[in-house]
Amino acid sequence: MIGRINDEFNFNAQALQLRSQRQEVLTANLANAETPNYKARDFDFSTALKEATGGGKAIGSAMTVSLARTQTGHIAGSSTAGLPVAMLYRTPTQDAIDGNTVDPDLERGQFAENALRYDASLRMLSGQIRTMQTVMQNN
Amino acid sequence: MSLNKAFEIANTALTANSQRLSTVASNMANAESVAGPDGEVYRGRKVVFEAFSLPGSAKDAKAVRVKEVVTDSAPGKRVYDPKHPLADADGYLTMPNVEVVDEMVDMIAASRAYQTNVEIMNTTKTLMQKAITLGT
Repeated sequence: MIGRINDEFNFNAQALQLRSQRQEVLTANLANAETPNYKARDFDFSTALKEATGGGKAIGSAMTVSLARTQTGHIAGSSTAGLPVAMLYRTPTQDAIDGNTVDPDLERGQFAENALRYDASLRMLSGQIRTMQTVMQNN
Repeated sequence: MSLNKAFEIANTALTANSQRLSTVASNMANAESVAGPDGEVYRGRKVVFEAFSLPGSAKDAKAVRVKEVVTDSAPGKRVYDPKHPLADADGYLTMPNVEVVDEMVDMIAASRAYQTNVEIMNTTKTLMQKAITLGT
């Protein structure tokens, strides 16, 4: 029974996780809009979602997180952040002299769209939870 | 939750851009300074940004910080003003190498970038608030 509930929520939960991961990547692009030699990154959401929900073959690896080491002798801990995604580079429409490939207008648009879709996933998940609660109430 | 990191990344951009704005303010304020207390003329300063990995965030999502503040080595402008008390033997004054128009452009770019990142933080904050009320 619990497994069934888990399956019920799984799709939207994975979508939500990927949306927040993409939000982080797009924020990083906008934050570095004027950093010399920074290359804009992104990932293909639909491919990542297919992979996360078991409908596609793995093409990406999970983003790794490493610990900051301030002393020699610290253990190099590393972990993975979120779901596996294939990180790609954005193709610039126009080259900048300083080697930066961020197009702020494009990134802003993507950011707004992603935020909206995150909200949509959240609402759908919320709706599912409420449906489940209604089912569980015995009167 | 990864949104925390998105919030922190936007925050680093705010810090970097406010430092850039102070540098512009310093340049603009000193655009007409003939000589400082040490007898040297003021030289324009520029900040250089650098991407770095925030501890605990994904490797590919980089935050931003000021790498260094470089001093413009271009020679100061020479202005002919023999009546000025600080003029040299030929009647010339050395003025700072600050280009006011360049500084204005930089200021507008910095304030736009600041604004964008404030908006990002607001959006992210709203999303986080919605996420914590999930299922209610």
